[in-house]
Amino acid sequence: MRRKSPPPMAMKKPLLTRKHNTVQQFAQLVQLLSNSTKTNEKLDALSQYFATAPDKDKTWVLALFSGRRPKRTVNSTQLKNWCIQATGLPEWLFNECYLTVGDLAETIALLLPPHTHPASFPLYHWLQQLQQLEKATEAEKQAFILQAWDALDDSERFVFNKLITGGFRIGVSQKMMVNALAKTYDIPAATLSHMISGNWDPAQVTIEALLHQSTSGADASRPYPFYLAYALEDTPAGLGPIEAWQAEWKWDGIRGQIIKREGQLFVWSRGEELITDKFPEFTPLTGSLPDGTVIDGEILTYANGSPLPFQTLQTRIGRKNVTRKQLQEAPVAFLSYDLLEWEGADIREKPLIERRSILTQLIDLQQQPALLLSPEVNAASWDELALIREGARAQISEGLMLKKKSAPYQVGRKRGDWWKWKIDPYTIDAVMIYAQKGHGRRSNLYTDYTFAVKDGDQLVPFTKAYSGLTDKEIAEVDNWIKRHSLEKFGPVRTVEPKLVFEIAFEGIAASNRHKSGVALRFPRINRWRQDKPVSEINTLDDLKTLLRQSGSPEDKV
Amino acid sequence: MELLQFTDKGIWCAAGDFYIDPWKPVQRAVITHAHSDHARWGHQSYLSEHAGIPLLKLRLGADIHIQGVAYGENIFLNGVKLSLHPAGHMIGSAQVRVEYNGEVWVASGDYKLEADGISVPFEPVRCHTFITESTFGLPVYRWEPQQQLFSRITNWIYENQQAGKASVITAYSLGKAQRLLYHLQDKVSRIMGHGAITNVNELLLSQGYPLPTLERVTPDIPKAAFKNAVIIAPPSADDSAWMRRFTPYSLGVCSGWMQVRGHMRRRNADAGFALSDHADWNGLLQAVTATGASKVYATHGFSSVFARYLGEKGIDAQEVTTAYGDEETIINPET
Repeated sequence: MRRKSPPPMAMKKPLLTRKHNTVQQFAQLVQLLSNSTKTNEKLDALSQYFATAPDKDKTWVLALFSGRRPKRTVNSTQLKNWCIQATGLPEWLFNECYLTVGDLAETIALLLPPHTHPASFPLYHWLQQLQQLEKATEAEKQAFILQAWDALDDSERFVFNKLITGGFRIGVSQKMMVNALAKTYDIPAATLSHMISGNWDPAQVTIEALLHQSTSGADASRPYPFYLAYALEDTPAGLGPIEAWQAEWKWDGIRGQIIKREGQLFVWSRGEELITDKFPEFTPLTGSLPDGTVIDGEILTYANGSPLPFQTLQTRIGRKNVTRKQLQEAPVAFLSYDLLEWEGADIREKPLIERRSILTQLIDLQQQPALLLSPEVNAASWDELALIREGARAQISEGLMLKKKSAPYQVGRKRGDWWKWKIDPYTIDAVMIYAQKGHGRRSNLYTDYTFAVKDGDQLVPFTKAYSGLTDKEIAEVDNWIKRHSLEKFGPVRTVEPKLVFEIAFEGIAASNRHKSGVALRFPRINRWRQDKPVSEINTLDDLKTLLRQSGSPEDKV
Repeated sequence: MELLQFTDKGIWCAAGDFYIDPWKPVQRAVITHAHSDHARWGHQSYLSEHAGIPLLKLRLGADIHIQGVAYGENIFLNGVKLSLHPAGHMIGSAQVRVEYNGEVWVASGDYKLEADGISVPFEPVRCHTFITESTFGLPVYRWEPQQQLFSRITNWIYENQQAGKASVITAYSLGKAQRLLYHLQDKVSRIMGHGAITNVNELLLSQGYPLPTLERVTPDIPKAAFKNAVIIAPPSADDSAWMRRFTPYSLGVCSGWMQVRGHMRRRNADAGFALSDHADWNGLLQAVTATGASKVYATHGFSSVFARYLGEKGIDAQEVTTAYGDEETIINPET
């Protein structure tokens, strides 16, 4: 009945004494960051880390926490299988554990037998070793992973596994990391944010080089941090006279930056992903745009003078090689909002009205079909603008953007100068029919639900949604689900169709992959309608009416 | 007919006409320990280990009709031989051994294998059929040795003191709280407790247990006194107005569930310590093996997983549903 003794995973390995400057320090940082709910505490921990960690580790941490994941050399299935072999547990039992824990890296760390050859190395050592596995055979990879597991303690194993599976979801935003670095290195956050953006490889660059380069000598591809708007909660009347503001349609595409420097063109997404190759439509800009130009805007599928629904853009996302058919059916254009760099100079501090005027001239001169100006929406009063906004859906837009004409281009999400004034989402009352357990913080709680509308006396599932409830409501719903389950299919439970929720969403399109015939954009739970009986929920016909009104082609996608 | 049966009132011995930890009122209840899901109100008569009596009276009222027996002492009920054996879960906790016509059954109640310093340590009892708890019947639940765990708790307290914060620890008031007090008493200078915990502590001190005196948190204690102090509170006090008075404080949760990060983050704790009075996965397997039982019933916890695993290892095992709750419905399994 005893746990099987560990297989002979020990290899020749020097026994090193534990030091402060090891992956242990990083493991402690991760633990603190994931436990703490207080921004200041996290900030201090990060800043402290950046002040004391080995330089090579810092660069990696910077990369990891800003989404620059190292290339995967080992996959999740391999990790799982090797853990099963090392522990001698049956696969079904491993799966049960994973369902409860909700995180593969953590499940493995908890299941492995205690290490027998403790060794301590810095973080960068492990990352470099992992990188070197790229061309290794399966057997070599397995030998390395088993040896590493046998050298690390539980908390180190967890971060080690996370380095492989990727995605440290521990509540550290890019902004927080930038602030921590700014504190440690005494560099203004906005400057720092720009310094660490763009294309760099943590294995090649030192942190000192990264933080000491001047803007001019920098990597030519480097984008500026995006300025992001908050949602306007009230009416715009509180913003002062309308004359001080510029209004534009709020587009539902991919926010991006087009950069032309040193004879090269770079297209970045807001997620700081270089996507130049995905959109050959922009290739002609390499020749036409002057060097030292950076434009902020939105990538949209666009034909005959108007945007196409977001669903068409989805056929272009996530594809490296674009077919001719796709280029014909879903051509893209860049709707330019703003000019950030002009003639090699950073002009973000100039007022919008000046930047906009240079931008307008630039776009005019270019005469490129894929480079357009996001038009201004003019109105004499806020009331008139409010009326225009009602027509947003017909423009395939989500509402309006309001930008202060005198404002500089800021960094990150800031209140005051930019506001998004979205139209109200669509809403549908629906009943919950399936529930599934969540992941991470919500593992072991039923948080992912599938909803249905009525079609005659049938219930037709039409969407999944999982955000929008408070922790207290989640606990209550979770408890209800556990008591009112009808059937269990693996992790999914069928529940009595009793609980009614209002589902909000931004868009609707026809879909032949879904039973209901529709696919929703950004569905989420708006509120729990405890006041509403199932007999009063919306119907499939209601959804189809919305579909027709949205102007989305019914037979496409 | 089976010697022990699972009925809607609890585990029933027909031959001896008694129930073990029944959840509906019965004539004669044999109680494994004083936690509320095992020791319920309303039975005609109770039987428990001697040490459990004051705790049961504290919980259920001084007027319950209760008989005490010592560990290992045999008593006979309608010709059925019954004895209680240490379960190591908390003070007075027992496994129930039932013997009739040469057949032996043991119902474990809740148990842990590691000696906690306060309760009489677990002793395996040989039997033909073993009814075991399985609260932590998943291999991810593997406790670190308590000395190691308590030194982590102590370090956490020292760190809080350096940061000028109080250390608030939530732990179940009956069992876990005393275990903490016993192990922390020589390491920190000032320990205070919520009323629910000081009540139990005073009772146990009067019984002669080696516990420190515990200062009760009252409204007239000046706020300055909480700085650098350790305060032990029941889990229900979490995020209450009562707790906010200790600000600035750091909140540590002591529970086996803290083994998994997701659980810890849901509790919004600053620190989680997987301190449990239940057996971990290895403990459960070890206990089952030590009984030599050929038939095992797994109750509350990951019972289906645990039973399936035992089945694959060649032990005839089955899950049973009891009112002791399962992993899904039980909110505070430490009760």
